[in-house]
Amino acid sequence: MKRSEDLAPTLDPVSAEWIGALTGTASERHDGQVRLHGMLARVALHEMRRRRAGSSWLGGVELEDLAYQAAADAMIAILGKLQTFRGESRFTTWAYRFVVLEVSAKLGRHYWTLHPPAVLEAQDWERLVDRLGTDPGEQAERAELARAVRRAVDQVLTAHQRRVFTAIVVNGVPLDAVVARLGTNRNAVYKTIFDARRKIRAYLAANGYLDQSEAGAP
Amino acid sequence: MNARPRLERFLATDPADVGCEEAMEVLHIYVDLVAVGQDAARAYPGVAAHLAVCGPCGDDFAGLLAAVTQS
Repeated sequence: MKRSEDLAPTLDPVSAEWIGALTGTASERHDGQVRLHGMLARVALHEMRRRRAGSSWLGGVELEDLAYQAAADAMIAILGKLQTFRGESRFTTWAYRFVVLEVSAKLGRHYWTLHPPAVLEAQDWERLVDRLGTDPGEQAERAELARAVRRAVDQVLTAHQRRVFTAIVVNGVPLDAVVARLGTNRNAVYKTIFDARRKIRAYLAANGYLDQSEAGAP
Repeated sequence: MNARPRLERFLATDPADVGCEEAMEVLHIYVDLVAVGQDAARAYPGVAAHLAVCGPCGDDFAGLLAAVTQS
């Protein structure tokens, strides 16, 4: 473990103080960890509440326990990766990132305590029609486009792309919940959706639903 | 907005988009730049492209920015 004086030249004073506290004597480390945990718990709770404000399914969820779990797991990750902190940001920003990412992961897993696994496989295509707009005068166009997207999903996506795209885009399952359910990572699921969008767009352009000129855009 | 442009926008993909993993690796650096008023999107255009279209990563960005500006 690097001591604070090894990193001090590259760190701002507050970050250097944090590293000093977390890598110092046993007493200093204990005090530093207590202080850090208090900050992480506060950030986790605030972040849970912020997420609830923007998410319908979190309305009745008891968030305090999840927040404390996120803070505790973030604390372990931070202490385990302390040597990798290089002062590219403030220490607190670096540390808070761990807790924000833990909040996302915890909520993704918690989703399945409130929803049946079947929502992953549902085929609620009417929702896609609604997402394409709300103007009653465009109802027929929206329905036609939704049917075309469904044909694209059936014809040009792989089974895995079809499952992930339908769950997230059609059924409205949060991406992090799909990540938790499939036991993968966010980047892999995002890439699956990214590739699915490209293939669907190319299909729609080839069949006259969208401009051909932009079909090749990645 | 009618349905077709909305669908176009939804299906559009940006080749500059670096993806979730790369964006999250530098999120703390990106957020600190934003917090002090620097042009983070110019320094990290691929991250900016990603945060604009990835809901979960955009949420993490908003949460981290809120944490550092309110603490």
